[in-house]
Amino acid sequence: MDASPRKVLFDPLVDNNPVTLQMLGVCSALAVTTNLLNSLIMSAALTVVCVFSNGAVSAIRNHMPSSIRIIVQMTIIASLVIVVDQLLKAFAYEVSRSLSVFVGLIITNCIVLGRAEAFASKNPVGLSLLDGLGNGLGYSAVLIVVGAVRELFGAGSLLGIVILTPAQDGGWYVPNGLLLLPPSAFFIIGLMIWGIRTWKRDQVEPEEFQIHAIHRQEVL
Amino acid sequence: MIRRLLDLPNDDSRKIVFIAVSLCLVCSLMVSSAAVLLAPIQAAQQQENRRMNVLLAAGLIEEGEEDVQVNQLFQQIEARIVNLDTGQFTDAVNPATFDPRAAKRDPNMSDEIPDDDDVAGLGRRERYARVYILRDGDAISRLVLPVRAYGLWSTMFAFIALEGDLNTVAAINFYEHAETPGLGDEIEDPDWRALWAGRQIFDAQGQPRLRVIRGRVDSASPNAIHEVDGMAGATLTGNGVSNMIVFWFGESGFGQFLDNLRTGGA
Repeated sequence: MDASPRKVLFDPLVDNNPVTLQMLGVCSALAVTTNLLNSLIMSAALTVVCVFSNGAVSAIRNHMPSSIRIIVQMTIIASLVIVVDQLLKAFAYEVSRSLSVFVGLIITNCIVLGRAEAFASKNPVGLSLLDGLGNGLGYSAVLIVVGAVRELFGAGSLLGIVILTPAQDGGWYVPNGLLLLPPSAFFIIGLMIWGIRTWKRDQVEPEEFQIHAIHRQEVL
Repeated sequence: MIRRLLDLPNDDSRKIVFIAVSLCLVCSLMVSSAAVLLAPIQAAQQQENRRMNVLLAAGLIEEGEEDVQVNQLFQQIEARIVNLDTGQFTDAVNPATFDPRAAKRDPNMSDEIPDDDDVAGLGRRERYARVYILRDGDAISRLVLPVRAYGLWSTMFAFIALEGDLNTVAAINFYEHAETPGLGDEIEDPDWRALWAGRQIFDAQGQPRLRVIRGRVDSASPNAIHEVDGMAGATLTGNGVSNMIVFWFGESGFGQFLDNLRTGGA
């Protein structure tokens, strides 16, 4: 594993993005991205949890009994998520209501557990913190793009500030209601993956099987 | 002692127990101190949120208004507890500390609703309700009532504000629900909620008649005053809202209380 701090921090942004390359954390990326503010808060919550869980797991990695390590990691993550959820309820009440269960579901977000298990349990604390931050930011980048597209074209605004005045308020823009529904995030993430893999060909996975090219002639 | 435990190999069962127990202690300390330290701030936020919803329903603030002095504005409003069985105001419960959800769970504070009466799908109903009164001199100018009913997926919580005639709807404000995003959640939509203003709850016989219908209200129909446009794709949510009116303005809800208010006997 390459241990250069720079690579650990920046790789997950595009080259090894947890959502678009590893396909982790897609569920919450579909659910909470109806507007940009929700995306930002969710990103911040996940990044904080990911950084601290990586730090904590890394700190005790030399004493981690392998037979209960997943439970230990889950306990750490779950505790951090509860703390973050409580903080949101105290200081961002409205947002915490619109994120509803999805903050709690960070516990089951594969990115957090995946980084704890794959990286933090084998690497020193400093690097693990950077890795958590990098992956949190990689997830955030996807959420922010999806949230911005959905809010801008679905409601004509960004962060609640009207940019494209909707027709019902006397403007010219007819909002696309589909973008406020979860399937639209699926399409946007799909298009993002397509775009990234066209730009970076090495992310394209090899074909798992090859269609037998002379099949047709054999039948004839 | 701890040193010796830590020096054991990682897969020694004594060390496993030690790690598990100490991790749980640290984590529970962290979680419980966050919960305890933040509880007062959270309670204040919830109260402010509830108050804001009451103010919205009472028409004292506008949707989307910024920098509202919620707690200051709220002082104009009188919160009272009503005994739903007798329909009288009561001082048996302190309106500042009354918690309707806790009351609903408390067998001493709530009753099971008979099945044939439970149109709104509530299961139990608390014996007391907190209502909010805005007065103009001595006369009531707005009466804000807490109502709720089961929609398609969830219990929808709302405040409904009546004009001084205790029949005309001034505003309705759904503040908590989990109906389908994009369809049923139109109950939050300001344009749809604006349709409620001016509608009348009771017909000439004093029965709650206000309904969410399917499709658009025909303004020529004699019933138009008791009808609100349906929401496309959210018939069941709309039915839930209609049931909410039937239940809470019937005898098991605020019916008795409103009768008493009209005759001055509350």
